[in-house]
Formats: sequence, C-alpha cells, structure tokens
Amino acid sequence: MERESLVVVGAGMAATRFVEELTALAPDRYAVRVVGEESYLAYNRVLLSSALAGEVPVADIELKPARWWRAAGVDVLSGRKALRVDSCEHSVLLEGGARISYSKLVLATGSRAVRLGVSGADLPGVHTFRSIEDAEALAEIGAARKSVLVIGGGLLGLEAAYGLVRRGASVTLAHVMDRLMERQLDAVGAEMLLGSVEAKGIRVLLGASASAIGGDERVQWVEFADGARVETDAVVFAVGVRPNVDLAAGPGLSVGRGVIVDDSLSTSDKSIFAIGECAEHRGVCYGLVEPAYEQARILARRLAGHCDAYEGSVVSTNLKVSGVRVFSAGDFLGEGANPIICKDPRMGVYRKLVLEDDRLKGAILIGDTTGALDYLQLIRSGESLADIRDELMFGASALRKAA
Amino acid sequence: MTAPAEDAFARPSAAAIVATRTTCPYCGVGCGVLASRDGAGGAKISGDPDHPANSGRLCSKGSALGETVGLDGRLLHPMRRGKDGAFVRISWGSALDEAAHAFSDIIALHGEGAVAVYLSGQLLTEDYYVANKLMKGFIGSSNVDTNSRLCMSSTVAGQKRAFGADAVPGCYEDLDEADVIVLVGSNAAWCHPVLFQRIMRNREERGARLVVIDVRRTATAESADLFLQIAPGSDQALFSGLLVYLEKTGALDREFIQKHTDGFDFAMAQARSTAPDIAKTATLTGLRQTDIVSFFEMFAGTECVVTAFSQGVNQSAQGTDKVNAIINCHLATGRIGKPGASPFSLTGQPNAMGGREVGGLASSLAAHMGFEADSVDRVRRFWNAPRMATSEGLKAVEMFDAIARGEIRALWVIGTNPAASLPDADAAQAALRKLELLVVSDNVLSNDTINSGAHILLPAQAWGEKSGTVTNSERRISRQRAFLTAPGETRPDWAIVADFARRMGFSGFDFRSAADVFREHAALSGFENDGERAFDIGGLALSSDAQYNALEPVQWPVRRGERKGPARLFARGGFFTGDGLAKFVAPAPPRLASQLSGQFPLRLNTGRVRDQWHTMTRTGASPRLARHFPDPFVEINPQDARALGVAHDGFARVTTNWGSAVLRAIITDRQPKGHLFAPIHWTQETAASARVGALVGPFVDPFSGQPESKATPAALAPVAYARQGFVLARKPIRLPDDVWWSRVAVAGGVGYRIACDVPDEVWRDALRQASATGDVVEYVDDAKGVFRAATFANDRAEFLMSIDRRMMAWEAALDAFALEKLDSAQRLSILSGGATQGECDEGQLVCACFGVGSKRIEAAVEDGCRAPSEIGQATRAGTNCGSCLPEIRRILAMRQPAPLSNRAVTL
Repeated sequence: MERESLVVVGAGMAATRFVEELTALAPDRYAVRVVGEESYLAYNRVLLSSALAGEVPVADIELKPARWWRAAGVDVLSGRKALRVDSCEHSVLLEGGARISYSKLVLATGSRAVRLGVSGADLPGVHTFRSIEDAEALAEIGAARKSVLVIGGGLLGLEAAYGLVRRGASVTLAHVMDRLMERQLDAVGAEMLLGSVEAKGIRVLLGASASAIGGDERVQWVEFADGARVETDAVVFAVGVRPNVDLAAGPGLSVGRGVIVDDSLSTSDKSIFAIGECAEHRGVCYGLVEPAYEQARILARRLAGHCDAYEGSVVSTNLKVSGVRVFSAGDFLGEGANPIICKDPRMGVYRKLVLEDDRLKGAILIGDTTGALDYLQLIRSGESLADIRDELMFGASALRKAA
Repeated sequence: MTAPAEDAFARPSAAAIVATRTTCPYCGVGCGVLASRDGAGGAKISGDPDHPANSGRLCSKGSALGETVGLDGRLLHPMRRGKDGAFVRISWGSALDEAAHAFSDIIALHGEGAVAVYLSGQLLTEDYYVANKLMKGFIGSSNVDTNSRLCMSSTVAGQKRAFGADAVPGCYEDLDEADVIVLVGSNAAWCHPVLFQRIMRNREERGARLVVIDVRRTATAESADLFLQIAPGSDQALFSGLLVYLEKTGALDREFIQKHTDGFDFAMAQARSTAPDIAKTATLTGLRQTDIVSFFEMFAGTECVVTAFSQGVNQSAQGTDKVNAIINCHLATGRIGKPGASPFSLTGQPNAMGGREVGGLASSLAAHMGFEADSVDRVRRFWNAPRMATSEGLKAVEMFDAIARGEIRALWVIGTNPAASLPDADAAQAALRKLELLVVSDNVLSNDTINSGAHILLPAQAWGEKSGTVTNSERRISRQRAFLTAPGETRPDWAIVADFARRMGFSGFDFRSAADVFREHAALSGFENDGERAFDIGGLALSSDAQYNALEPVQWPVRRGERKGPARLFARGGFFTGDGLAKFVAPAPPRLASQLSGQFPLRLNTGRVRDQWHTMTRTGASPRLARHFPDPFVEINPQDARALGVAHDGFARVTTNWGSAVLRAIITDRQPKGHLFAPIHWTQETAASARVGALVGPFVDPFSGQPESKATPAALAPVAYARQGFVLARKPIRLPDDVWWSRVAVAGGVGYRIACDVPDEVWRDALRQASATGDVVEYVDDAKGVFRAATFANDRAEFLMSIDRRMMAWEAALDAFALEKLDSAQRLSILSGGATQGECDEGQLVCACFGVGSKRIEAAVEDGCRAPSEIGQATRAGTNCGSCLPEIRRILAMRQPAPLSNRAVTL
C-alpha cells in the first residue's frame, strides 16, 4: 500500500516528539519527511542553558541519534530551509529549489529570539540565546572572562546569565520590569529569586530599559533610558521569542501571533497542522516544551486515526539554574484567592500554593521545588483538596515516604 | 519478694557499692531508689530491689527522677529583693543575719505570735526537727505548721482519737495478704502506683477482691471487683451502715471490743441513728442497695480486710470523723494490726510521716507529745529550752488568716508553695504580700509564693543532694542519701535553720551533721518514754555516723536496746490512750461544709494526675511525664457539658466563690453528673489560668483543720478561643497578654500549649523578639487561620510556634525541636504539623516509663493483642510500674471485638 506523504517542517523538540509518537502509533501509514533549518539533528533546546553552564556536554543534548531516525523510516533533511508552502500543489519549496510534496503538512517551525529595536542591536558582540551556535558563542565569551550584559530578566535571561557566570564571564543582567520573572512570580517570590541570583554573582539592574547599544565596530556599551551607561564586551538579548510564521503566508493560513490552530491542531487549511511554539491555540502561543509535547502527542494520535483533542495546557515554568530552583504554574498571583505560603528566606525557599474553594489554582515554588509535578497535576485535575489542605504544602515528602 | 531488711544496722547490700541507695521523694509509699550520676547532668535511676516498700519497682514518676535533677531554674545563692522588685544575690551571712534580726525585732515588738514557720512534707525529718525545736522551744510559739495539714491531718487526728497516737497499725505486707482490700477515696493506681501493683498482684495470684469507693470512676475504680460511686461527703454514712450491718449479722469481735476498746455502745447508737439500714445507707450515699449489700457481705464475711484510705477521706471538713468511721469498723471486728487485716492510711507525701513523728505541726509539741504540762516540761528539760510553747498554734488555714489580719508579720516558708496549694489561694497570695518579712527556702528561683512578695530567698539542697531520713506510710524510716554534688551555695534545710537559730542567739543548735540531728530526735522520742508514747526510736539514738549512714529501712517503734520494730501494732490492744483501750468515736451525721446554689450548682473535686507531683517543681522538668496530660484540665460529665455548651477538648471557665480558672475541657462519663474534677498541679509558673487552689473554699475540719478540697460549689461556662496551638522555646518566655497557655518541659526546652484570639501581628512581634538572627521560617494559611513559624540559630530551631483553629498534634514538632541540627528540608517539615521521617504519632501518652502512646497501643490491639500482657510484650507498655495498666485495659475494652458469646449471631 502506498504510504501517505507527511512532511514536518521544523526539526526541533515538537517535531521530534510528534514523529516519535506517530511512528510508534502508525508505523506504516505515513512516509514521513522532516525538514530542518539547523544543520544539527534535533536537540533538546531546553538543555542549552545547562550546556552553556557546562553541566551537560553539548553532544549529549541530541534528542535522537541518526540511526533512530533511520530505523523509524523517517527522511530527515537537515540544514534545509523551507521557503514556501504551496497549498494548491501540496508542496513545500526548499532553499536551493527542491520541492517536496505532502499529503499532510505539519508546521513545527518554532520561534526565534527577539532583538530589541534599539540602535546598535546588530553590532558584532550582540547575541541571542536560542541555538547551539548561540550557546557555543556565549561559552567562548565566558571562557575569555569578558563582561556581558544580558538584557531580559525572564527565564531565558536568567539561565543565560547563570551559564555565562559559570563559564567565567562577568555578568550584568538588566531587566526592564521592577522584578525578575514577573510573568511567573509574585513580588515576594521575585525578591527571593533576586537574592539567590545575586548570590550566584550576577549583578542585576531592575527597571533598566536599554535604549541604545554602541561601540566602535563591536559592542562596547549599553545605554539605558535613565541615561546610565554600562560598559560591556557583549550583549545577550533574552527579551522573548516570536513564532516563526513565515510559511503561513503562502497558503494564506490564519495567523495571529502564531499560526492559528483549532482543538484538532489543524490550521485554517485542513491538511496543514501546526504544533509547538509556532502555533497559536485559543489565543495562546506557548513558549514552553510541555505544551508542545502535548500538542505533538495529540496530533500524532489524531493522524494515527485516534480521537483526541487539544484543549490547551496548564503551563509550568522551571528555571534551570543550579541551586536556584524556581517553579511556577497556573494562577500564581492568586489575587482574591487564598494562598498557603511557606517562607524560609535564609534557605532561599518560598512556596506559595494558590487555592480557591480548596482547589489548587496555581503555585510558585522557589528554592525547594519538591512536589512541583504533583501540584501541576492537581492544578490540572482541579480536584477538591479540602481533606489534605493541611498537608498539601508538605505532601510531596509524604508521597516520597510512602513510595 | 525479697524479705525486708529487718535489722536497721544490717550491712548494706551489694547494690550500694555501685549506686547510692536512697528513697524516692514523691508519694508516701517511700520506695527505695538506686541512683547514680549519668555524667550528663542527669541521673541513672532504678528501683532498689532490697527495699521492702517496693522490691525494685518504681512508678512512672520515680522512674523519671533522672530527668528532674537539672539546674534550670534552680535557686543557687541567697537573694534579697531589691527596691526595684528584682532579686539580687547576697551572702549567706547577710541573708541569715537580716532574717534573724527581722524575726527578733518583730518578736520584740509584737511577741512570738507574730512570727510563723510553714513547713513541708517534702522536708527530711532532720529539717523538721530543727525547725520545730527552734519555734517551740526557743521562739516559744507553736505557729509552725506544714503542708501536711492539707493532706494527712485528718488521719493524724482520727488515729490520735482512736489509738491515742498517730500510729499506723498495719504494714504493706497486709496488702499482699488481705482477701478483701477496700480503697476509700484513693486513686492508688495513679497516686500510690507501686502499692496498687502489690494489690493487683494479690488479686491476680491470691484472688483478693478489690472494692473501690470513690466519687470519680478513677483508673483505680476501673480495676475494681466492686466500685461504689459514692456521693461526696457520705463516707461516714457508708461506714456507719457497715457498723450496723456487722452487728446485725453477728460479725463483731465482741471479745476484742470488750477487752481492748471503749465507747462502742455510743458509737453504735450513733451509727444506727445515721444509717440504720441498707435503704437509709443507700439514700445517704447515693449507692444502689445491691452494691451496698455486696460490699457489706464481703466485709463482714472476710477476716482479712484492709481498708486503705487517702485524700478522698482526709480532704474533707469531716475528714477526721470519716477516718474514725472506718477505724470503728476495724475495731469492731478486731481487724487491726493483724496480717492482712487493718485500717491503713496511704500517706500523700514522702515525709509527712516524719514531720508528724517530729511533731512539726501546730497541733502537737514534739515527738508524739502534746501540750500537757508534763510533756512541755519534759521537752523543756530535754532541749534545755528557754521559752517553751505551751499551747497549740495556728493551723495552716488559720495561720494565713492571721497573716491576712496582720497578726503574723514574719513568715518563713520552707520547701512548699502555699500561695498555690492552700484553699482560697488567691487570698493566701494576697496575705503573703502583707508580710513585713517573707523568707522562702526553696530549690527554685520562682514560684507563686516567691512571687507573692518574698523578701529573702535561701537556696536549699534538693533531692539527690541532701541527706537524712524520711518515713513512709507503714512507719518505715528510710535514708535519703546524697549522690549529687550540692550546686552553688545550696545548704541542707536543717543547717540553714540551725544557723538562723544561732544568729538569733540560741544555743542548742550546734549540729554538725544530719546524723547529729537524727540522734537528738531519736533520743527525744525515747526520753522518759517507758512505752507510753507510740513513737519511740530510742534504739537508734546512739547510732554512730557510720551506722546512720548505713541505716537500713526500719519500722518504728525501735525502743532502746532494740534494732528493729514491729511490722504491726495493736493486734492485742495496747493502745496509747492512757487506759490502753482504743476509742470508738461516733462520727457526726454526714454533711458537706458548703451548699450548692443556683449560682454555683456543681461540685468541684480536686486531685492529682498520674505523672505529676504537687506543683510540678520536679516532675514538671521531665518531658516524658508532661506527655500524659500536658494541659490543665477539668473533667465534666457529658450531660453537664451538653447542658452548658462545653465541647470536649475545648475550654471552660470554672468559677467558685473564691476564684476562677480557665481549663481545657475533658468530657467523660468517669465523672458523675453534677461533679467536676480538676487537678491541682498547675500554678502561675506553668499556666495562665489554672490555679485550682484558688477555687477551693477554705472550709476546714474542726478537729484536724484540714480543708475540704474536694467539694467546692462551682459554676462552669464554655470559653471559646479562635485559635489554638503551641510554642516551643529553649528557655521560658513571656507570652503575649490575653493568651491562654500552659507550660511543659520538652526535650531541649519548654513547650507552651496556647489558645488565643490575638492577631498574627502580635505573634510576628513575638517572633521578631525571639529571633536574634532574623532567621525565620514561616507557614501561613490565612483562610484556615494557620500560622506557624520557627526561628533558627546555627541550624537549630530556637523558637517554634504553631497556631491553628484547633489543637494540632505536636509530637513531630517536639521530635524536630529536640534535634541539634536541622537540614533545609527539616526546617520546613518542622512546620508541617505532621510526623517527620520515620516517626509515628503516638497519641496521648499512656505508658510514661517506656513512652508508649495510645495510638501505638491501639495498633497493637489491631495486630491481635488481647491482654495487657500481650500489649506489654508487643510494646513494653505497662511492664514497668504498671500504673498505666488501667488505661491499657480501657483501650483493650474499647478496641477489641466483643467475645463471640456477646455477639449477635445470625445464622
């Protein structure tokens, strides 16, 4: 029987998980081709921070070895950029002119790092932190014991700053908001995190809005809106990502921030699907791996002929800075709800569980993230915790003991 | 059982070589203890297998003695209260000079009646002797009384009336040999556990039957073959009814009555008028007729009957009559001083008996002599005394009334805490504040009496440091021996008093040792005593220091030339009444001293709990003992609780005409309807509002002066606190105002159990004050009213608090608090309220000796244990002192499935 041609554009984590699930569920149904712009086989982008910090060798972050792809019967085209999709012809035009046809097309193009629109943002020495190349470049800067200014006090900025410090750089982190990780932490948690981050040797500037980057031929300084100027050998932008939606233009797919998909993860073209960071579902573009994996799994099940639907994800955040554990999930602010709070400033521990009617709505765990996945599960299930409310904060250790 | 060492000068046993043989400082059983230092500030303690009182057994309190010898809170130097109200250290010389001069000045101005000394059943006989000699022979006042007035004086008066002497006729072996043992007003299972275990062994091995007569269904009652839950104050009616029954059924020993007694006919007539038949007895006592008949038949039909009685009899405004009502039945059947047959007073304190022998009470002169002219003359000659007291002095309650009236201006309190223990204790406290001079000799820096305006504090040696003799309930004199170095500048009480006496200018106080004092005491007892005075230890008077140090436990009398005394007295008459005849005393018709009213519709009974002693000065230092009942409480019958809206484990205010207290409510059908019970142990040192002495009305027995501590009219009302919890600290702290608290010893510090309505901010302030380092961990669940926090220094928890809407178990927190170092996970889990790794929540402590809680015992029942012995094998609970066996049986009864025959069987 002729296999149906399925093309995946993008060879990142979502794509890999999707292929893995699909080939397991329906090994003979599709002829799968994966087109990846990067010259590497798919790797675990989440571990780039750990790789930069030197905690994981770069070689180890590859998701699947080449032989696995071969064994799965998947044709991987690495280092090939997809330029355009022709939905009438059901084909994808690749850089270099090749054209591959598809019966079903899955967009898993991910997102790209944003650079601020300030002068000098393209100067040599201005980096982002998205790829293996970025990580390697930053590692070299660190090894040269240079000074680096990281712009952005979110998850990625903190991880980049920490990795750079570990590599030997002198790191300043500038964040435009008045607290770190404001999208994941409340004020108390952010304050706690600030202490821990500073303890790692990172200088933190809050309320610092970069207005210009300058230098002769390469970066030498960054200027801020308040007029302050920081001398630096390098700059790393960690100010967010933008979904890669360029390919949606050809077939005229509906696009918001990302390529809009419905609960079946199909785009406005029923033979084209989108998963991962490039997709926008119910108005949300997830920038995290877990929803991407969930979408990959559900799409694989659907394309394998099973009934399933994606109804959105309750997301959680894990900061991977050694010794500074941060977990955040759900409605972590919990305004108007009843939080349970546990604080140990000296140990850098802050744990907040947001409950409403004895149901867990959100959580922040800093310093001690034990039970994080259990809490995430409870947020997702929405079950009443009236009976175990008193033990909830310490429940993880009880579970461990029971195990 | 090991044979009692009958020769007082026998060589010490091998055990003495490795540990010091001494005597337990708690109840009147007077158990032998082997004690040695443990090298860590505590002591290793075990029962002395060679002591005839206990043959190696100890109760929970005695077993925990090693935990109570620490120096926290100890008074180590003489102190004087400064103008700012704080105590400052002074020298012994200036402390004693100041006190002696003040006494002399007050006597000079106001006469010898303006000074008084208040002693304690905790003192050694030697201490008593020197204080009594000073007051009655040199100051010339009999205003020397003792806390024994509050516990045993009705027995003293009753025995004097009946026997002509305060002499206990029987001995402990009678409890092994009796066929019926009647316990009246005695919760021996908790208050005399080692004797109770002897009784239970007799019951198991010989089939002796146990009758318990009590208002409360105590742990003792739960072990009885027959329990008579009697109306308070009606014991005379029951024993009058018994006397009538004995006559009707021909159970009297006419020969004994005729040959050895006097006053039978009048007593019998009086008994007939009080309780002519079973029906009338039932009406008066509130008992069922069938139960009364069972008891009477058992008593009448059994030759070997011991009737043992304690505070339920003594602490009554008719206590002396109750004692005589009991003694009458034994005299009438000739069952006195015979093996297994005797009335038997179970003494409360370790040396109330010694004090009585010395005569260290306002109602006697010295060495079993009263104030008859020839006695006064005899003692004057013996002491070479310049100024003899010639009449009775003021008994405890009267003494404090005289202080309140300003008639007594100087008081010396030695080894007791009257501001807590007297009836109407708030008035006693107020009276103490009026004194021109209040001297307190004690072991502690702070107690309710010291804090009632004491001017001078004199540091006394404590148990383990001091040396002397005590006498137990069976007239057995035993040595308390020192095995610890006396700390600081502490001195023996006898030496303090002797030094004081010398500074007042008196001769005759040049004692060099406790042995010196003992020899004089013994000599006085034998002085011109040709057998007419019961108390005679003239045979011990010439003992050398070495003999005194090696003195074996010995029962008195030991007359000159003898080396041991008789185990029993009076089996063949020979009473000390002049004519040699015992006297029947007709008790007055039973009535309580106070009436219930609409305002005070309940009866408040007071007493002890199993694992605490008096005001907890010593037992309160043991974390283990604190776990049985950590909170001061009031027991309430379920019907009363329901009617008043008091919830179990909630709080209730007990109010009487004299005071009020807020106590944790325990609702139990062990307490009869209309009756409350509250233990006496808590003071201002250990609780916010639990001075039970302040609730007790000051009604006293006309003969003994003993207060009616067990039947005060009271009102009860629920008290609600929004939140409850606990605080653990390394040292005693001051809690925020308006917080209900009780303080207990915990491993590594002190624990406060609290209830409050104060906002979190108050606690945050307390936390800030408690934390020197600012290292604070907290857990807050506002919606549930939960606030828990701990402060740390060097990874050790210094202060821990936990408040909640209800009382949470604190065992896990106690375990964590005891650790010297907590890791980061433990820093949080200390606030979890749950068990730490590997620990299991014990529930309420049942077995204090091995620290076994109710939950572990329940688990053992679940695992198939069906008898106390099996529980013992599984958990060790109940295998040492056995005082928890009634509680273990209760758990067994509640937990185990009913036997098949009792089950409804449907086929």
